[in-house]
Amino acid sequence: MQKKLNLTEFNSDTLALVRQIIKRYPEGRQKSALLPVLHIAQAENNGWLSAETMDYVASLLDLQPIEVYEVASFYSMFNLQAVGNCVIEVCQTGPCWLNGAEELLAHFEKRLGIKPGETTPDGRFTLKTVECLAACGNAPVIQVGTEYHENLTPQKADVLLDKWQEENKISHTNPYLL
Amino acid sequence: MATQILLNNIDVPGLANFEVYRQLGGYSSVVKTLKNLTPDQVTGEVTKSGLRGRGGAGFPAGMKWGFIDKKSEKPRYFVCNFDESEPGTFKDRYIGQRNPHQLIEGMILGAYALGAGSAYIYVRGELFYVLRIIEKAIEEAYKQGFLGQNILGSGYSLDLYCQPGAGAYICGEETALLESLEGKRGNPRIKPPFPALVGLYGCPTVVNNVETIAALPWILNNGGEAYAAIGVENSKGTKLISACGHIKKPGVYEIELGLPVEEFIYSDEYCGGIRNGHKLKAVVAGGSSVPILPASLILKTAAGEPRLMSYESLSEGGFQSGTMLGSGGFIVMDETTCIVKNLLTFARFYHHESCGQCSPCREGTSWMEKILHRIENGQGTMKDIDLLVSVSKHIEGNTICPLGDAAAWPVASAIRHFREEFEEHVKLQKCPF
Repeated sequence: MQKKLNLTEFNSDTLALVRQIIKRYPEGRQKSALLPVLHIAQAENNGWLSAETMDYVASLLDLQPIEVYEVASFYSMFNLQAVGNCVIEVCQTGPCWLNGAEELLAHFEKRLGIKPGETTPDGRFTLKTVECLAACGNAPVIQVGTEYHENLTPQKADVLLDKWQEENKISHTNPYLL
Repeated sequence: MATQILLNNIDVPGLANFEVYRQLGGYSSVVKTLKNLTPDQVTGEVTKSGLRGRGGAGFPAGMKWGFIDKKSEKPRYFVCNFDESEPGTFKDRYIGQRNPHQLIEGMILGAYALGAGSAYIYVRGELFYVLRIIEKAIEEAYKQGFLGQNILGSGYSLDLYCQPGAGAYICGEETALLESLEGKRGNPRIKPPFPALVGLYGCPTVVNNVETIAALPWILNNGGEAYAAIGVENSKGTKLISACGHIKKPGVYEIELGLPVEEFIYSDEYCGGIRNGHKLKAVVAGGSSVPILPASLILKTAAGEPRLMSYESLSEGGFQSGTMLGSGGFIVMDETTCIVKNLLTFARFYHHESCGQCSPCREGTSWMEKILHRIENGQGTMKDIDLLVSVSKHIEGNTICPLGDAAAWPVASAIRHFREEFEEHVKLQKCPF
């Protein structure tokens, strides 16, 4: 299992980015920066938000910790438990289902030996099901970090999995550095 | 070929770069408008155009702008709803990733008309890579003097920013979006007051969909009347339809409103017909929330008239035999499709996405998913079918926001038109597909 980080400080580059984001909102409305900053914090904390990390974000934005917890727990992209290096999110809503999402998910389960919501024992992969990713014309679709992989088949999934195995893929990267 | 207002240059390489976009005539509407038109004249053109909100509700855009509180001393905001999350809908992503400057150009026009000094584009968090494409385009627009202080020497100033969501369908509802933009949970607000009076940070605000905003440059370049000359009845102009499911050519198509549904499904210019030699069984015409229709009723109205892709024609017959244009998410199903299973995926979606604020939706969506799950898996009873209808009726109209209705309509319509398929699941004690 990978190391559980508890990020409680951004480096100076990230702090500069956060300050720049806060300037987008009127004076005193820095709470608006919460979602962008949580995305950054999650990426820098191995893909999940620990209580310590959320407390740090609260202190940065001059918020009560509860204001951060209640938001982090509302949005499905925020992970409140540790995840693997590479989080694979498989869309399962109607249009993807019509195009074989169930078979695709079953294939990922078999290849990785885990069910949705679980992480492989070596800490490399986490499998999740998600709802509509707005790419229904290229169904079935999966998301890995900021990447979309579309028109997938079990064969194409194998090619991706082999590649990610080999390079020890890390899916959580600061999305603002894209 | 239908008039192409939104997808005209979509395949031009490098369109997301300022230079390429500008060379194709991009930003000319801003140059012209800031020089020659007052904000009220811009609103006037949009009102004349008959443009309606393309996110799904179809509310007249000019009228929405007209509600903005001009007496208020507070700053005004213009917000773009790029939370595209309605199953079957993938049109805004297409604009955002390929043609971000057209969206930015529209943002400048809308913000100018409303007198907004700051504007935000709220992009669903999953589409962060699209958000970054737009942010890079915004940087270019600043450098070229189309954003920032004193745009083109007009005296008008505008700051434009992108804001990410983080995985919540409900944030496509405009007041939930504003809550989210304020850094809160995406719980929809009770209305009235509407955002035009009390919106972002309590200030007058207008929220419009990506596609609505992207149509503004063309309207200001060509005039509202030219836009209104396209289309039928009160369905003016063009509409993006994102087509998916069992068709030969899934994709995003720009149609002139009024195109016959049959032509859209079967013509090679659009969907190209049903794939694998199969037959059309059903269509969800405007995103997962709108009533499903069987082949017979999507191609022709109950009165036998050809059904058209327009607000009026698709809703002809009310919910008894019609549906809605909605967001333009066009999901096509062939005869191999289990209607119950498809509905179960939608019910699971609404259960997952309910914000939990109103009990009819919070509890009802959970119940609908559970009941559908047992019918699909052979454990349902005949009473369950009526129970589903009853639950859907208790949700509809009883919630703060339209997510409740959106969850109820697919269930009610699937049972209305395909009841025998539900009964077969119960009789066989398994899924017949």
